[in-house]
Amino acid sequence: MPEAYRKTLIRQIAQHAHSEIIGMQPEGNWISRAPSLRRKAILLAKVQDEAGHGLYLYAAAETLGVSRDQLLEQLHTRKQKYSSIFNYPTLTWADVGAIGWLVDGAAITNQVPLTRCSYGPYARAMVRICKEESFHQRQGFEALLTLTRGTPAQKAMAQDALDRWWYPSLAMFGPPDTGEQVSGGHTEQSMRWGIKRFSNDELRQRFVDMTVPQSEVLGLTIPDPDLRWNAERGHYDFTPPDYDELFRVIKGDGPCNAQRLAHRVAAHTDGAWVREAAAAYAAKRRAETEAA
Amino acid sequence: MTTPRVAYALALGDDALVLAQRLGEWVARAPELEEDVALANIALDLLGQARTLLRYAGDLEGAGRDEDALAYWRDDRDFRNALLVELPNGDFAVTMARQLVFAAYQYELYDRLRASSDDTLAAVAGKAVKEVHYHRDHATQWVLRLGDGTDESRRRMVAGLATVWPYADELFQPDDATAALVADGVAVDPPTLREPWTSYVEGVLAEAGLELPEAAAPRSGGRRGLHTEHLGFLLAEMQHLHRSHPGATW
Ligand SMILES: [Fe+2]
Ligand SMILES: [Fe+2]
Repeated sequence: MPEAYRKTLIRQIAQHAHSEIIGMQPEGNWISRAPSLRRKAILLAKVQDEAGHGLYLYAAAETLGVSRDQLLEQLHTRKQKYSSIFNYPTLTWADVGAIGWLVDGAAITNQVPLTRCSYGPYARAMVRICKEESFHQRQGFEALLTLTRGTPAQKAMAQDALDRWWYPSLAMFGPPDTGEQVSGGHTEQSMRWGIKRFSNDELRQRFVDMTVPQSEVLGLTIPDPDLRWNAERGHYDFTPPDYDELFRVIKGDGPCNAQRLAHRVAAHTDGAWVREAAAAYAAKRRAETEAA
Repeated sequence: MTTPRVAYALALGDDALVLAQRLGEWVARAPELEEDVALANIALDLLGQARTLLRYAGDLEGAGRDEDALAYWRDDRDFRNALLVELPNGDFAVTMARQLVFAAYQYELYDRLRASSDDTLAAVAGKAVKEVHYHRDHATQWVLRLGDGTDESRRRMVAGLATVWPYADELFQPDDATAALVADGVAVDPPTLREPWTSYVEGVLAEAGLELPEAAAPRSGGRRGLHTEHLGFLLAEMQHLHRSHPGATW
């Protein structure tokens, strides 16, 4: 396997794994406050799935010769990134629905093509993950639908969530891969290697085309006055997200970057004695078996 | 009407609900990713048990209260859970000590409740006993690892057991609501669980090289609605959104 291919794959899989586990925070934020026991159960199961996704992906990266510990170290020291979307706060219950609908929806759009990517262990992890993400997407949509059919306060909560999550969700596909961005980015090389199959803009368009009709079913207004169907193109025209904001958030200046990373590092640091104990216990049992 | 059977279903359901709420606090904070998954899984099992039991309590009561009305609209003086489950999580050793104590109790309870003359309670127990068997095993493995791991983990495990130990006794105390049901074969008499529970827990501690915590004055009151100060905060957080939108559907 060519070294550059291996490195790029590791970076991509690690970034995806980190996104899964950092993504547990904004949603985990509402487990204790979920407004019904049924929603609490659905949310707990979803956040548990995301932890599972992190586990499969770190395992896929291990097949490339890099351990979970090494990758977590890169995350904790800000040498590797996670999806910028998780640097926005979940302020109301409707944000949980909006994340399921939009963020899991965008993740599926990004990831379904990767189920046929050139690296088998990654492709296989993606098949399993995409099945669960589409389940999350439907649950998020259903949670929002319940709000939009509810009281005026619930409907307002849902619209407010869409207003805040729409552009950050569009930004999840990354900057446009035309002009200057291509030379600085990795798109072209990754496409040649078969670990990226469509351009960022193609995927963003696919997401918008899929999501607009769903917003109509919800009876919510996408916060874009220029959004309209373009019969000639056979696609919706839409306002792109603010890429300067995206770069600021990626660089570390989003509303929750510091909080998310501090939370992750604290969980890891506070748990160090537990992992050390498990390792020491396992070593003692091994020594006993060998002595026997 | 709050009959003994309603009170019994509420007590079992509240134990499960309050512990599920506590374990949910670990999600995205666990020492390793596998534990985020495991603790969420245990919380989900308990939440499932709680929902069935609260629904049943509401049906028996016949006042039109469903699982959410019971979970979200009762104040702490009306909760019937044992104090043990409402204690703050503490560090991982405190949580695992509580898990061992509680899961070992719940296992013995559900194992016997399968034979209840009440078909619903027997069915709940039949399903839950398998889940709780896993919870007990999970806690056992951790108590062994922490007790026989490093000096620090051992010190913390000893402290964790000392923290929860005074609250174990309440699980085995007879109470009026239950006493009325035991004769009919509906409920399990709590004192009968003490012996098998003790033998299991002592076995685990012995294998981990840990001594039994020193006897301390037992703490109780939860079954009568006399809780620690911690429960009020747990409920305030759990209930506030639901209560802010009376009558709304979620
Ligand atoms: Fe995921
Ligand atoms: Fe997801």
